[in-house]
Amino acid sequence: MRLYLKYFAIHLKSQLQYRTSFILTTLGQFLISFSAFLTIYFMFSRFHTVEGFSYSEVLLCFGIVLISFSTAECFARGFDTFASMIGNGEFDRIMVRPRNEIFQVLASKIEFSRAGRFVQALIIFIYAISASGIYWSMDKFLTLLLMMISGVVIFSGLFIIYAGLCFFTTEGLEFINIFTDGGREFGMYPFSIYGKEVLRFYTYVIPLALFQYYPFLYLTGRVQSVMHMLAPLPGILFIVPCLVFWKLGVRRYKSIGS
Amino acid sequence: MKKYKSFLRIRFINGLQYRAAAYAGVATQFAWGFMELLMFRAFYKADPSAFPMEFSQLSSYIWLQQAFLALFMTWFFENDIFEAIARGNVAYELVRPMNLYNMWFVKNVASRLSRAALRCMPILLVAFHLPRPYNISLPDSPASFLAFLVSMALGTFVVVAFCMLVYITTFYTLSPLGVKIISISLVDFLSGSLIPLPFLPDGIRSVVELLPFASIQNVPLRIYSGNIAGYEAALSIVLQIFWLLFLIALGRLTLARALKKVVVQGG
Repeated sequence: MRLYLKYFAIHLKSQLQYRTSFILTTLGQFLISFSAFLTIYFMFSRFHTVEGFSYSEVLLCFGIVLISFSTAECFARGFDTFASMIGNGEFDRIMVRPRNEIFQVLASKIEFSRAGRFVQALIIFIYAISASGIYWSMDKFLTLLLMMISGVVIFSGLFIIYAGLCFFTTEGLEFINIFTDGGREFGMYPFSIYGKEVLRFYTYVIPLALFQYYPFLYLTGRVQSVMHMLAPLPGILFIVPCLVFWKLGVRRYKSIGS
Repeated sequence: MKKYKSFLRIRFINGLQYRAAAYAGVATQFAWGFMELLMFRAFYKADPSAFPMEFSQLSSYIWLQQAFLALFMTWFFENDIFEAIARGNVAYELVRPMNLYNMWFVKNVASRLSRAALRCMPILLVAFHLPRPYNISLPDSPASFLAFLVSMALGTFVVVAFCMLVYITTFYTLSPLGVKIISISLVDFLSGSLIPLPFLPDGIRSVVELLPFASIQNVPLRIYSGNIAGYEAALSIVLQIFWLLFLIALGRLTLARALKKVVVQGG
């Protein structure tokens, strides 16, 4: 942990060196998710409700997904750009160091410009919390906390799978974007609006719905069962197969030399 | 002219090499289009009367958008141009007996074409055979199909002309990251790639439709789906031509100014 903090400080310092670029990138990140917000705003000014969910409820859902995603992206960014790490032989250097590889990849890149997206998410989130009219009792608060933790873990798991695939293909596969970027883009609406099959897919295959949909029903008072509230917990377990897959990839890894 | 043609051919063939990546891309785009349709279906169910276009028109719009993604999206930048500017390799390009603006323009068009050529067919094929109203329908008339082809070409040129401006700003900022990301997020929204422009409120829409960004994918996709036709379509194509000429003129002017000041670092 101390080591990670050290990495953290180094990354922060180095990124603040290019100040204009840093500010512009942060601003850009802000704008990107702002246009996503605008689409929600305009869609709702036209349609008012979707599948029984109101504007402020969708915003709350969007805020939670965005906060989880931007946090995961900020810290697990090293996995996102892992293809280049294999490509330039950087991973070989990591293998010879006496530390866990996952830790090193994790620490190899921390992207602070994602703060732009995070701030945006926070603003939406705070607005949605006050507008949604939910009475914030202890259990609701706990649900919210679980949702976010689980969200960060699941998105990180997806980034790890993405990186793990690079062991087999050397190039990153665009396909997994459907679940990372797509999870963010389409996760702004509760997954039930896409129909039963999609919801089932996002429950059992890629368990994004476990943190985004089921506890959300509990949060908005649609269901009372504790099962829904605790759905994020099995979601966290998703990280296990991701790590196993990663290990499998590492074992298979052949350096491409440099 | 001949040198540009061979340039175009080299780039095109180069782009055709990455076939596995293209197939992965096709799967991605297909899933993406599918999710988007499902989302719009949910809104359609909420209030069909508020839907600003027919659902079948929307389906055509979305599938064509996915099929020709490479032609219209701002984010297909040529990274070697950015690198050439930042690292100073642009000096080599200047030595060549070609106009820099034209050369870069052709380069961009060619790589967009080759990407789209690899990816569009499977998507179009499957999307044609989906059940109604989720499929691509045939265009209303041969005339509107022709208009679609013309405005599709114009739209591609407009987006490339816009990208040229982004390349040129790199002469001043050196790092393309910030400008790139800001222009992408702006254009994504204003061009109708996040939601089709008819879904915007009327007041905002009528302004956005006049901007150059609406001349990229908004016009061809809506002409094909029959959302705009006849006189209105002709007018939009004229607007496309205007913006194309404007952006090219602006690009040439700024490039000339940037080159006057350019300092190539190192040797």
